[in-house]
Amino acid sequence: MHDITAAAATTETIGNPTINISIFGVFVAITLFITFRASSSNKSAADYYAAGRNISGTQNGLAIAGDYLSAASFLGIAGAIAVYGYDGFLYSIGFLVAWLVALLLVAELMRNTARYTMADVLAFRMRQRPVRMAAAISTLTVSLFYLLAQMAGAGGLVTLLLGVSGEAAQAVVVTIVGALMIFYVLVGGMRGTTYVQIIKASLLIIGAFVMTVWVLGKYGFNLSALLGGAAESSAAAATPRDVLAPGAQYGATGTSKLDFVSLGLALVLGTAGLPHVLMRFYTVPTAKDARRSVVWAIWLIGIFYLFSLVIGYGAGALVGADEILAAPGAVNAAAPLLAFELGGTVLLGIIAGVAFATILAVVAGLTITASASFAHDVYASVIKKGQVSGNGEVHVARITAVVIGAISIGLGILALQAGINIAFLVALAFAVAASANLPTIIYTLFWSRFTTQGALWSIYGGLIACVTLIIFSPVVSGAPVNEATGVSPSLIQPPVDFHWFPLNNPGLVSIPLSFFLGWLGTKLSKEEPDELKNAELEVRSLTGIGAEKAVAH
Amino acid sequence: MSDPEERRLLTPEEYRAAQDSPEFLELKRRFRRFAFPMTVAFFTWYLLYVLLSTYASDFMSTRVFGNVNLGLLLGLAQFVTTFAITHLYVAHANRQTDPIADEMRGRLEAHEFARDGRATGTGGTEGASRA
Repeated sequence: MHDITAAAATTETIGNPTINISIFGVFVAITLFITFRASSSNKSAADYYAAGRNISGTQNGLAIAGDYLSAASFLGIAGAIAVYGYDGFLYSIGFLVAWLVALLLVAELMRNTARYTMADVLAFRMRQRPVRMAAAISTLTVSLFYLLAQMAGAGGLVTLLLGVSGEAAQAVVVTIVGALMIFYVLVGGMRGTTYVQIIKASLLIIGAFVMTVWVLGKYGFNLSALLGGAAESSAAAATPRDVLAPGAQYGATGTSKLDFVSLGLALVLGTAGLPHVLMRFYTVPTAKDARRSVVWAIWLIGIFYLFSLVIGYGAGALVGADEILAAPGAVNAAAPLLAFELGGTVLLGIIAGVAFATILAVVAGLTITASASFAHDVYASVIKKGQVSGNGEVHVARITAVVIGAISIGLGILALQAGINIAFLVALAFAVAASANLPTIIYTLFWSRFTTQGALWSIYGGLIACVTLIIFSPVVSGAPVNEATGVSPSLIQPPVDFHWFPLNNPGLVSIPLSFFLGWLGTKLSKEEPDELKNAELEVRSLTGIGAEKAVAH
Repeated sequence: MSDPEERRLLTPEEYRAAQDSPEFLELKRRFRRFAFPMTVAFFTWYLLYVLLSTYASDFMSTRVFGNVNLGLLLGLAQFVTTFAITHLYVAHANRQTDPIADEMRGRLEAHEFARDGRATGTGGTEGASRA
């Protein structure tokens, strides 16, 4: 074995790639075994899409945490806090408070009325085919944005931890991650995916707990001393920032402040519209279990974000913003660098393994959601008009999973060069979910006059507005060149500049617009709402009568 | 549909009768009485926090003790209120809505709401025999 510390100082890689790879390998071996075990009870559509609806509330709470605490949460938020301090903390608050929307308004009612997908509820009392098509398009868009973020995270992490550099080698690693994810989904279905997420959530929370205690221990378990250390370290950095006060990242101008508010809105309204989160509610036997799982998820996610606060400030204090920003993966490297600083190669290897597990579990969840939406809504309902024999739908879902896996491998390889904070990419997925899905879900569940036209206007209106604003925002072109690195943070480098929307986050415009369009479309529509279907939806959503039962094995 | 799960069927008229029943109106009222004001409350509180962080950063930087400032404390307070609202909601659901929902589900399964509209009698019996 070579001298690790010297290697860390002289090359871009930290830790020992062999240890990192072996720990990751152990995780993959265990989860593959469990996935194989799960595959034996994977027969019907309810098994494949919803794990037979017999996941317990507690298990599902862990799985939701595993699904939700993506690489963006673990690497992105810790990194944002390490470099920008307070402004990074706000991400985690938005991500957490958002769960109250899911708990109070969405989770139980959706569990009671849907079978497999978000479209089941949105199309319940509307004309089936157009609404299902719209909901499927929006589901696929959100899932692809989210997948892109995870794949970009995988790429950055690989560069940092495995000593793999060069575009070809990174592409190979992204392909391996993609292939594993396809395997989990094909063989294990929702049950296998659920188990992978449960294991991953447990590892992630334990790993974060260890790092939190370790960091606090270094500061005599005094939060104020830790904050002091972070403030001191960042004041001495090349670009000094006040990490304790708000505004280090977004406080510069009036536009960036507005951007921050826009981000905050998308975060809090996005969660309850994320299709892969909604789909997890269908894996439990009853609405009460759905409630129980959200309660578990809120506690686990909340506690994890408290850990991230300590980890983030700890990385800022002990590693320092300069070293983090200089590392491959930039802000996303903060947590792994801190692990190396604290526990050397072994802790780094464990944290790296956990981060890989995180990415793998989340992409598996996203893939199964996207494939279910295509097979159940587009293929079975729109193309075949409900006339699908036997397991035809699940067969199509499996093929779709392979296609989506291939697409995300391709996009992930492209995304490697972008170098955007993955928490930010996830924030865009949240913006699309909050714009296209949430207004439609809320109207469907709580406004009896809502019509098909209203639903189509709010889904397509929110979706098109959101994506258009992103395309013409500084995210894609026209952001000023960063003097330190010499490149623009935009996807397309200067001199190409076609941006006219000033904000990076579209939510401030697209979310209210979608609510407005849903209302306007309903008011202008000529058809009357289907009162009998509405009665059925209302009674079923609140009483749980007629809800899909668990599959007995 | 190709689903193997046998679902017991209620007629649209039964759903309609159930929707108009006093106990359902009470269930709906109790559900919304908690969920709607609470949603407005936590959303306003969150928005206030975001706006204060953005436009009153000097105020939020006020040191309270040591290096801990007001912004951080209010941020941690968001965690506390989220946990508290979760707890309150579960207590409300257990006491106020679950008993009515459970009771109504039982009566719906027994097709008790079909009695109001005898015109649907055949549909009701048919549903019952399928159950």
